[in-house]
Amino acid sequence: MREHTEIIQPPRALWVTFVLGRPLGAPNDPAMQTRVLKAALALLDAEHGPILADYPERVGEVDLEGWACPVSFDSKAPECDDLSAALQREIRELAPWHLRAIEHVGRTTVGVSGMTMPDAARFLSTWLDRSASPPALPTDALVTLKASDAIKYAIEDLKAFYLEAARAQPGGERASMAQQADWLWGETALGRLFFALQPIFSEQDDPLIRWIAARTLIPATQAHRRSCSNLR
Amino acid sequence: MVLRLSELDPAEAKHLGAIKCPSFAGRPFVPPKPLDQRRVAIVSTAGLQRRGERGFAHGDGDYRVIPVDTPAADIVMSHVSVNFDRTGFQQDINVVFPIDRMKELADAKVIGGLASYHYSFMGAMEPQAAEPAARALARLLHKDAVDTVLLVPV
Repeated sequence: MREHTEIIQPPRALWVTFVLGRPLGAPNDPAMQTRVLKAALALLDAEHGPILADYPERVGEVDLEGWACPVSFDSKAPECDDLSAALQREIRELAPWHLRAIEHVGRTTVGVSGMTMPDAARFLSTWLDRSASPPALPTDALVTLKASDAIKYAIEDLKAFYLEAARAQPGGERASMAQQADWLWGETALGRLFFALQPIFSEQDDPLIRWIAARTLIPATQAHRRSCSNLR
Repeated sequence: MVLRLSELDPAEAKHLGAIKCPSFAGRPFVPPKPLDQRRVAIVSTAGLQRRGERGFAHGDGDYRVIPVDTPAADIVMSHVSVNFDRTGFQQDINVVFPIDRMKELADAKVIGGLASYHYSFMGAMEPQAAEPAARALARLLHKDAVDTVLLVPV
């Protein structure tokens, strides 16, 4: 945040106006990223400091007209009464697109949890049963994980899986950040799962799981969906 | 760094605005030298690690090492915050860890060279929690003959 930088006063700082998570600007835009880097490196020529310089270039995003994930999750399908089943169905439908994403981009960011996506979904879904004991980690998970870490990593792996897959479909690479987020949080069983888990995690004895519920499960930009989420 | 608090969701702005920033007794400032004589290391706070390594967790103040020749496919993110965009990183690692761009600048002799090792902290932690690791890292950077650090905040 600019305000933090103004207090800390590092020797040289370049302030950019890009969204949080994109300090170098747009993905797959080497020319722009290089311009940002050169502007930052140019601060090294200054003889006196501290310096807080403004980078003038801005990045705008336009919602792609008519974009919709072609993997259509039928909210009237029988398994939608069972959130866990709906989640497994979504993962099956997205899997071929995720393979395509890896081929196209050359990498995936999925993998921190060490779980397969069906196992990650199953692990999180098990928490929906309030009467059950906390679930054991899947056998393919990283064996030293605490429950709170396993939960967080499974959540982020699933989100990455969904978004990488969605962008692999025709036109998906041009969907805006907002469109992608609205699709995941508003139109998928995965989004519904996260809203359903929040009150359950809030009740856990483990303070780190309660912290996940309070601080790092639902983004601030999606919190408005809580009041109208399809909690099933 | 990016954005002002006023541009964030009010709840997030309140949370970040309450963070107590560290204060420093001095304001060290190294005189300039030509860019093409500098050896540069990237230090990100995007919570990056090599695939298979232990991820970052709540409150972690330590760092992970990213050797300069690490393929992008072997770098994943375990940042704990949910309030920043990850789709940029998913599409292009250079959005948060501009290793390819820096390699290009080194090849073009805009900078003198790149460090053998680069590093990532995880930005959602109390700054003081990172001090021991940061001090140790400074010694490592010195051993790697690094004289310039590109700090990329996430």
